[in-house]
Amino acid sequence: MYLYNATDQRLVDDRVVQFRDQMARFLDGRLSEDDFRPLRLQNGLYVQRHAPMLRVAIPYGTLASHQLRMLADIARRYDRGYGHFTTRSNIQFNWVRMQDTPDILAELAAVQMHAIQTSGNCIRNITTDQYAGVAADELFDPRPYCEIVRQWSTLAPEFLFLPRKFKIAISGGAEDRAAVRFHDIGASARLAEDGRIGFEIFVGGGLGRTPMVGQTIKDFLPREELLNYFEAILRVYNRYGRRDNKYKARIKILVKDLSLEGFAKEVEDEWAWSRGGPATISAQTFRDMDVFFARADYAPADADDPGYRQALAGSRAFARWVERNVTPHRAIGYAIVTLSLKKTGAPPGDATAEQMDGVADLAERFSAGEIRVSHEQNLVLPHVARKDLPALWEGARALGLATPNIGLLTDLVCCPGGDFCSLANARSIPVAAAIQQRFDDLDYQFDLGPLELNMSGCVNACGHHHIGHIGILGVDKNNEECYQVTIGGREGTRAALGKVIGPSFAAGQIPDVIERLVEVYLAARHEGEIFIDAVERIGLAPFKARVYGGAA
Amino acid sequence: MNTLIRNGQIVEDGWQWIDADEAHINARLEAGGRLLLPLAAWLTHRARLDTGCAGVWLGPDDELDAVLPWLADIPLIAIRFPVFTDGRGYSLARLLRNRHGYRGELRAVGDVLRDQLYFLWHCGFDAFLLRADQLPHEALAAFRDYSWEPVTAR
Repeated sequence: MYLYNATDQRLVDDRVVQFRDQMARFLDGRLSEDDFRPLRLQNGLYVQRHAPMLRVAIPYGTLASHQLRMLADIARRYDRGYGHFTTRSNIQFNWVRMQDTPDILAELAAVQMHAIQTSGNCIRNITTDQYAGVAADELFDPRPYCEIVRQWSTLAPEFLFLPRKFKIAISGGAEDRAAVRFHDIGASARLAEDGRIGFEIFVGGGLGRTPMVGQTIKDFLPREELLNYFEAILRVYNRYGRRDNKYKARIKILVKDLSLEGFAKEVEDEWAWSRGGPATISAQTFRDMDVFFARADYAPADADDPGYRQALAGSRAFARWVERNVTPHRAIGYAIVTLSLKKTGAPPGDATAEQMDGVADLAERFSAGEIRVSHEQNLVLPHVARKDLPALWEGARALGLATPNIGLLTDLVCCPGGDFCSLANARSIPVAAAIQQRFDDLDYQFDLGPLELNMSGCVNACGHHHIGHIGILGVDKNNEECYQVTIGGREGTRAALGKVIGPSFAAGQIPDVIERLVEVYLAARHEGEIFIDAVERIGLAPFKARVYGGAA
Repeated sequence: MNTLIRNGQIVEDGWQWIDADEAHINARLEAGGRLLLPLAAWLTHRARLDTGCAGVWLGPDDELDAVLPWLADIPLIAIRFPVFTDGRGYSLARLLRNRHGYRGELRAVGDVLRDQLYFLWHCGFDAFLLRADQLPHEALAAFRDYSWEPVTAR
C-alpha cells in the first residue's frame, strides 16, 4: 500500500486548517452561503435531506485496517453508528453535524485520509479494479499509476473549477472491472509489441442524464506521458466545455459537439507542447512507486490444502460461499475474498461500525491488513491464504458479511435514494429490500446464475442503472415515485447501455416485474448462457411481451 | 484608486480599467495614463499607445492568438473572472506563463476571493484585484494556506 510522505501529510494537515477557518468564517457570517458552497463540496460536505453528509475519499478503493477502524470510530462518535460505501468506492456518513466536520477531517488526516475532491466540479477520486495487483488475469498492476494520478490531481490548481465533475478510472487490462469506458477518462493497461508499458485511453464516457460509452482517443499512450496527456485533455475541457447548462457540461457533450476527431486534434495540439516536458513521469518515480505496491512477502502456500478441501467437501454453505465470493489470485495457494454488504434487509453498501471493526480484524488476521472497496459496494480482502478460508468464512458469518451472493441477483447495486439524497426522485432502499426478499432463496439464485441488478433513485445514476443487466431508475411521475426498468446493460470489455422495456411501474410491482424478466430468461437460456447473453441473443421483445402482455 | 495585491504586497493600483462597452474610448485614450483595455480595443488602438502604458484584459472565453506576438512588450495582462467558479482563467494563466513564456504582470480581476488565491498564484497569477467585499490585508494569509506545492508547479 502507498504510505504518505511528508509532502502528502502536509497537504492534508494544511487542508484541515484551511477548512476549519472557512467553516468558522461561514458559521459567523463572514463567508456567504454562495461563496462557501463550492468550498465545502470540495471537502466532501453536502447538505442532504435530513442532515449534512460527509463523503470521505478512499483512493482507488484501498484501505488499511487502522484506516477502516478510524472510519468505524467516526461512524460511532459523529454519526449513527454506520457508513455507506458508494459506487465510486468512497464512504458516506449521513448524519454528521456541520460544525463537527473540521474535527472529523483532522481525525482522518491522522490516518492519511481526507475528503478532498469527493464532490464539486473538479477531478474526483481515482477508481480502479477492486482486484488490482492480485487478479490472476491482469497485464500489470494499475495502482502505481492511480497513485501518481492521485497526487497530480489532488488540488491540481488549474482544475478546481471545471465545467462539471470529472472522473478518472484506471484498470489493469484483460478484464475491465473498473468500468473504464463509463468515465470522463478511462485508462486500460496495454503492452506494446516491444514490451513498452502504456494505456489505451478512452474519453467521454459516463452515465447520468446522458449515458455514453467512452471512445478510444489513444490506442497506446506510453506510461511516462500519462500526466501530460491527461492535463492536455483537462485543459481543452476546462476551456471549451459548456458552462451555460449544467446538464450539458460534462466532457462527453464537448466530445460529441467537436466530434472525437475534432476533440482529439485540440488535445494533440496541447500535448505536442507538453510532451516530454516537466510533468513527464521519470523511471525513478515508477520504481519508487512500485516498491509500495509490490508484495514479495507472501508465505509460500500449497495449491492444495487438505483442511480447505475437507471444508469444501463437508459444508455445502462453505462451498457455496467459495463458489460466489472467492476469486482466483495470481499467487499459488492464495485467494481474493469478497465480503458481501448485500445481506437481505440491510441497505446495500451499508456497514455498521461493529462490522467495520470486524473486517479490520479479519484483514489483519488473514489479508496483510488490507481491504478494498468495490464499485459494486462490497468489501474485498485481497491477500488470503487458501488454507485460511474456512476460518475467515466463520469470522465473516459472525459479522453477517458472508452472504454467498456476489454477482447474483441480490448483490444489487443501489444508491441511498430518496431516504437520504436531496437529488433523488424516488426511494431506492425499500425497493432493493423488496427485491432481495423476493429472491432470497439461494437455490433459485444459484440456478439463475450471474445477474447484475443496478438501481438509481434519479437520473444522476449513482447506482449505475444503465449498466445493470437489469436496471431500475426512480422517476417522478406527477409527484409519485415510479420506476423505469431497463435490460441489456453491461460493463466490462463488452460494455453496453441498457434499453428501457416500456412504461414505468409502482414500487410494489417491481419484484413481480423482475420475476417475469427472469422467467423469460429461464425458459429461453441455452446451456451455460447467462442472463445478459440471453438478452443480447433474443432481444427485448420476449421480455416486453411477458411483462406487459399485449399492452406495450 | 484600487487596492491590489501584487507579489504578496498591498499596493495602490496605477492602472485605469476600460470597460468592453466604454462609450468614450477616444477621450479615455487621449486623457492618457496607464490603461487596461479589453482585447478588442487593445487590438484596435495598440499602435497609437505607448507600449508601457497599455495593458490588456481578457475575458474567460477570449483566445490568446491575438496577443501572442506582443507578449514580450505587454506590461500587464489581466484575466477577468465573472464568477469565481468559472475556472477558464486558470488555464489561460497557465498557457500564458508556461506555454508562451509571458513574464509581465498577470492579474486576476473580478470575482476573485481570498479562498482561491493560493491556487490562482500557482497557475501563474502574481497580482490580484479582489472583489470589493474582500479584505486584502486578511487575504495575504492565503499565500500561506499550504506549505505543500502542487505537482505541476511553476
